[in-house]
Amino acid sequence: MAAHQKVSSDKYTELVSGGLGRELAKRLGLPQPAVLRRFTPGVPLVQGPILVVGHSAGADAVSAVLLSWGQDVRRHATPRDTLGAIVLVLDELAHPDQLSAPLREVGGALRDLQRNGRIVGISRQADAQDTPEAAAARNAVDGILRSLAKELRAGATANGVVLANGTAADAPSTMSALRFFLSARSAFVDGQFLTASSEGSATEPNWDRPLEGRVAVVTGAARGIGASIARTLARDGAKVVAVDVPAAGDQLAAVANEVHGTALQLDITATEAGARILDHAAQRHGRLDIVVHNAGITRDKLLANMDAARWDSVIAVNIAAQLRINQALLASSHFADHPRIISVSSTSGIAGNRGQTNYAASKAGVIGMVRATAPLLAEKGGTVNAVAPGFIETAMTAKIPFATREVARRLNSLQQGGRPEDVAEAIAYFASEASAGVTANILRVCGQNLVGQ
Amino acid sequence: MSSPTAENTTARAGTIRKAVVVGGNRIPFARSGGAYAHASNQDMLTAALDGLVARFGLQDESIGEVAAGAVLKHSRDFNLTREAVLGSALLATTPAYDLQQACATGMEAVIGLSNKIKLGQIDSAIAGGVDSASDAPIAVSEGLRAILLDLNRAKTMAGKVKILGRLRPRDLAPDTPSTGEPRTGLSMGEHQALTTAQWKITRQAQDELALASHKNLAAAYDRHFFDDLVTPFRGLTRDSNLRADSSLEKLAKLKPVFGRNLGDAATMTAGNSTPLTDGASTVLLASEDWARDHELPMLANVVDGEAAAVDFVHGRDGLLMAPVFAVPRLLARNGLTFDDIDYFEIHEAFAGTVLSTLAAWEDEEFGRTRLGLDGAFGTVDRSKLNINGSSLAAGHPFAATGGRLIATLAKMLSERGLVDGRPARGLVSVCAAGGQGVVALLEAR
Repeated sequence: MAAHQKVSSDKYTELVSGGLGRELAKRLGLPQPAVLRRFTPGVPLVQGPILVVGHSAGADAVSAVLLSWGQDVRRHATPRDTLGAIVLVLDELAHPDQLSAPLREVGGALRDLQRNGRIVGISRQADAQDTPEAAAARNAVDGILRSLAKELRAGATANGVVLANGTAADAPSTMSALRFFLSARSAFVDGQFLTASSEGSATEPNWDRPLEGRVAVVTGAARGIGASIARTLARDGAKVVAVDVPAAGDQLAAVANEVHGTALQLDITATEAGARILDHAAQRHGRLDIVVHNAGITRDKLLANMDAARWDSVIAVNIAAQLRINQALLASSHFADHPRIISVSSTSGIAGNRGQTNYAASKAGVIGMVRATAPLLAEKGGTVNAVAPGFIETAMTAKIPFATREVARRLNSLQQGGRPEDVAEAIAYFASEASAGVTANILRVCGQNLVGQ
Repeated sequence: MSSPTAENTTARAGTIRKAVVVGGNRIPFARSGGAYAHASNQDMLTAALDGLVARFGLQDESIGEVAAGAVLKHSRDFNLTREAVLGSALLATTPAYDLQQACATGMEAVIGLSNKIKLGQIDSAIAGGVDSASDAPIAVSEGLRAILLDLNRAKTMAGKVKILGRLRPRDLAPDTPSTGEPRTGLSMGEHQALTTAQWKITRQAQDELALASHKNLAAAYDRHFFDDLVTPFRGLTRDSNLRADSSLEKLAKLKPVFGRNLGDAATMTAGNSTPLTDGASTVLLASEDWARDHELPMLANVVDGEAAAVDFVHGRDGLLMAPVFAVPRLLARNGLTFDDIDYFEIHEAFAGTVLSTLAAWEDEEFGRTRLGLDGAFGTVDRSKLNINGSSLAAGHPFAATGGRLIATLAKMLSERGLVDGRPARGLVSVCAAGGQGVVALLEAR
């Protein structure tokens, strides 16, 4: 179909993934990016046993949940017994001294971790009410997992779930975050943390069709990451309203038809855009549950050469439109049943990027907006989060000159560019019912890009 | 008078239902040889259908029936509409048929399918039309065709050689389609030039109508009126014939292209005539229940339709003047006059066509002698005429014009809502080759 666009292919990763190429790269000390394991419906959660490290009551509870998911759970490492994942439960840390034993246990098991293996930490948020010892220990986990992520090879990742004050290690929102990090859905998420609170649905989520019965709007859905988001949300059961500018209407129609949704040709910077979106969703589906602010543009120039048109258009599309649409959503009775807003930020908004003062302003603005909108949406039982993609292989990044592109895609722990579906999977995770206790999070989908946090 | 929807005759259901326009979709119209030079009728009709399916989420629907057609059609496209349906996102269980009534093809598709809905035979339908002047069929000459058919029937080699001996160089010249009328040999433009002169329509008046068409269409695009009526195709996002910056001065500079043998009475230029155009349009029609069940909008009711034809061969009426007769009959049957109509959509085949039509309705003697009235039929309030532009600006892919007009008018009526406490009403009038015309009456929901 027309919606499937040619994206830049990573020939290098293909070359070094087998045979002579792999041997050559190894001998020359060249980067050896792995072919990442991606999610398709029906694939196992992980590819082997899960080792749960830790001896707290929380560790026992997490083990019980993993068992209830049908996983092969191990509480003690057996050398040379391959592992699909290691879950490191550190929810009762009181002093940095307590880190040594569990971390050495993890270290001893690392050689048994399979390709595309997973390490997920579960620890508590460090805050000002903690004793200095406890805060030091809790914050230490941040450094451990980010460093471990950089040591892992062959597509394996390390990420962490941070428990907000009063949240149990096995709270539904914790388990939803754990499941996302364990699964192939998080293939390009590495060295990142999700903060989970005790909010969450008591009923066991529908893990196969987590968005069943939900109505989702995706802006910028005609191509690239937006089209992938539409496909992923539809795959997870959502009814998708695909939104893009009228000029992109033919590609938009192809996407809408592919996902069995509807196409809404709309300039999101129009004053009435929020009302048009709500009217469409309300008339066709009687409700609106999920809004993904994906539409965005770049108009790169060094600030010294930046004209008003470049600056203003980026601000108008990338942040002002989201703010205006959110106002309409917050005021609407159709957007009231545990609604979800997910915005697409960018690593440029976190670390900055030369030539992108306007773009970085808009994307950093998105992060500020998400944090300030979270309490407003909490009144409706809703959440708002953002994903910040790094280098993603799209038709847009395919236009970057070869050498620049080749460098850009290797500058992360996974030594490759992500795919649009990697961003889409993170968004689908935030959109699910099970993520009720996860709000105001900024999740990077960047393979642990070397810049920024 | 009673409206047909209130008549008590029906085949099965006992009552006649309403047929509503849910919405429409077309691709931008392109001047021939332009953006769609290499698109076939099937490509364009499929794209228009896919855009409609996407707009209304019809991917899992078996539509009652799809009817569409093309004026310029390849013989291989005998099942054009069904083939387009099979290539579209519609379910393959959606039946389809081709129909053709020259430039009124789209209108007749809307009226015929609406009648099926009203009778309860189907609950939903898509009416459409498509034409490509770029990808026109070219046939072999009659001489060559006869030789080829005889050759096929010949049994012996000697017989075949003998038949091939009949071949002459002139037989190799292809037979290309034209807008010429078979019975007069005159092109449509030449026919209209005679009518334009007969009704003494000035060059200035024609240029003003053309300019208004461009200005109105451009303004409608600028205020996003077409956001939910048009889906881009092959890089085109607006009708390529649209000249938002046109002016009376520019139009006045153009030389007449039709009726040049009329000397000073030659007034028809490329600026006040429609160009050859490629494009496709579709309209989604439904019963009220079907629209409600599917949570789809209802923009307007298709109230009634009427066809007429004139004897242009012997010169009594102009080739494109049939709507002059169809509209009075349609309004009389519905107990209405021009005062009851809020929007007039009169297809601009040529500016002269619209102005000659208006002149005939305003003419006392014509009203008495030809329409059997006491005097002139009436005057169309120009502020209600083609207010979002029409064919002079958008272009005129013959069979696609009806769908464009119906969908555009339905949206205008829906936005207008009530007028003096009754639903807003609109009239669509389309002239067609062969001295025909098809008109329809819509009212807001």
